[in-house]
Amino acid sequence: MSEESIYESLLRKGVSRRDFLKFCSTSAMILGLSSSTVPKIAEALEKKERPSVVWLHFSECTGDSESVLRASKPSIAQVILDIVSLEYHETIMAPSGHAAEKSLKDIITKKKGKYIAVYEGAVPTADGGVYCFIGGHKAIDICKEVGSGAMANIAVGNCACFGGIPAANPNPTKCVGIKDILGGTVVNLAGCPMNAENFTAVVVHFVTFGTLPALDKHGRPLFAYGKCIHNNCERRPHFDQGQFVRQWGDMGHRLGWCLYEMGCKGPMAYQNCPTIRWNEGTSWPVQAGHPCIACASPNNWDDAYPFYKRMEGVPGVGWQANADKVGLGIAAATAAAVAAHGIIRAATRGKGPSDKEEGH
Amino acid sequence: MATTHREYIWEIPVRITHWINAISIVVLSVTGFYIGSPFWDSPNSDSVLPMALMRFIHFVAAYAFTASVLFRIYWMFVGNKYARWNQFIPLSTERIVNFIQCALFYGFMRKEIPHSPGHTAIAGVSYSIIFLIFLYEIASGFALLYVANGGGAIYNIGGGWLLRIMDLGTIRMLHHVFMWVIWIFVIIHVYISWHNDIIERNGLMSSIFSGYKFFGKHH
Repeated sequence: MSEESIYESLLRKGVSRRDFLKFCSTSAMILGLSSSTVPKIAEALEKKERPSVVWLHFSECTGDSESVLRASKPSIAQVILDIVSLEYHETIMAPSGHAAEKSLKDIITKKKGKYIAVYEGAVPTADGGVYCFIGGHKAIDICKEVGSGAMANIAVGNCACFGGIPAANPNPTKCVGIKDILGGTVVNLAGCPMNAENFTAVVVHFVTFGTLPALDKHGRPLFAYGKCIHNNCERRPHFDQGQFVRQWGDMGHRLGWCLYEMGCKGPMAYQNCPTIRWNEGTSWPVQAGHPCIACASPNNWDDAYPFYKRMEGVPGVGWQANADKVGLGIAAATAAAVAAHGIIRAATRGKGPSDKEEGH
Repeated sequence: MATTHREYIWEIPVRITHWINAISIVVLSVTGFYIGSPFWDSPNSDSVLPMALMRFIHFVAAYAFTASVLFRIYWMFVGNKYARWNQFIPLSTERIVNFIQCALFYGFMRKEIPHSPGHTAIAGVSYSIIFLIFLYEIASGFALLYVANGGGAIYNIGGGWLLRIMDLGTIRMLHHVFMWVIWIFVIIHVYISWHNDIIERNGLMSSIFSGYKFFGKHH
């Protein structure tokens, strides 16, 4: 299958030339490239064979596969699936059992250095990595074996990138992201789940230019994770205007005001959700009235928590009391103590040392 | 009072930085409250941008505060003997004795405050702690700016490095907690200044405007 070029594969699936060029333009747009690169992308996709992809699942929920597979219009789902030759994907492949094991072995030996490895899910490392077994092998061993022979490693979803939910405090299985296992260059397509359009764009970039796109310090492609969600949010004007949702379903919520007071983590989150959106540009969480939970940020399950509050609680005081309530209480107590002391001193002035000192 | 003499204690930079700090702390607290939890629903009008305005004022005041704190730290090494760093960290025998005597006074075990023309040793130590808190407020403010702006060399130097040792939620939470510590300090600071001004009759309260304190001859 993978001898077929991407364009041929798309034609065979009934995608028109027009749709194909639209896809090339969209990819250039997502990647932040100029329109002059569109012919280059089209040429590459016409001539180059589809890259073989091995898609591995570790500690995760398969949400990223769902994200890729459940695009609402079949044509785009085809495009996403058909620009790669998916050789191994535990959820959707036909073989099972020993046949599946064999197909993975075949690819990583026969196509050594020529396949793209995609990882979904974190890798448990506690107790020698015994907390995730697939086909009798530890996730950590599969990850190292597949990763060492891949021409590019792409981690999809927050779990594979940074550990995600499995690595959230207290992280009993000591889950880590793929980069912590493999080292070197791993493209982190963070998000919960990752946005399928960004995955496609990375593959298109790789096929067209033979290189991976520029990455930020967390290994995330800059084209998709270079801008703060808050700075591109359609509700940003309401933030600047001081118009905030105060309660679920209140007037502000119905009018689409800013979700800052409902704990929105947009100001600390980086992804292209506001521009690319999800499910073919239908919507994204903030547009749907839900605050951002910074799902593409490292350790968001700990750092962005609580999701529906602006600020975390003060340790030892309880989760209901934030720093301002505690601080106000102590400041009021201090003011009361000072006032009491002042009144007592004033009342006892006749006997105090200050009066005696007045004599000299 | 005929036997008193006046002495120049607080130099101009000490007084100016004191008042920039005081004013900027008030401005930063009010605007910070709004930024942390917007307490006012603005009219439905795009000609009023309270959040944008509050943030702008907060950042301008923050830069004034940063410059003032850094300048005051510089002045600890070039100013007069009452402005020096060793007034804030008691290392000499004299300052340690002063510290113990102050502690006894504040613990109701001594009648008089030990003679200290500048800061008492306890006041000096409390200012050292409050300056460390100032530095945290500055660094955490820059760390929050660093996150909001996705980087920036100045933000990184100013406090972006905090993100490598603490998580963002804790940084923000402590930014609030230490603001309250500063206010608790302010309440005690103003009260004790006023209280000791009355006890010692040395013009302590006016000295932060004029620079001069008054002392009896027997000192």
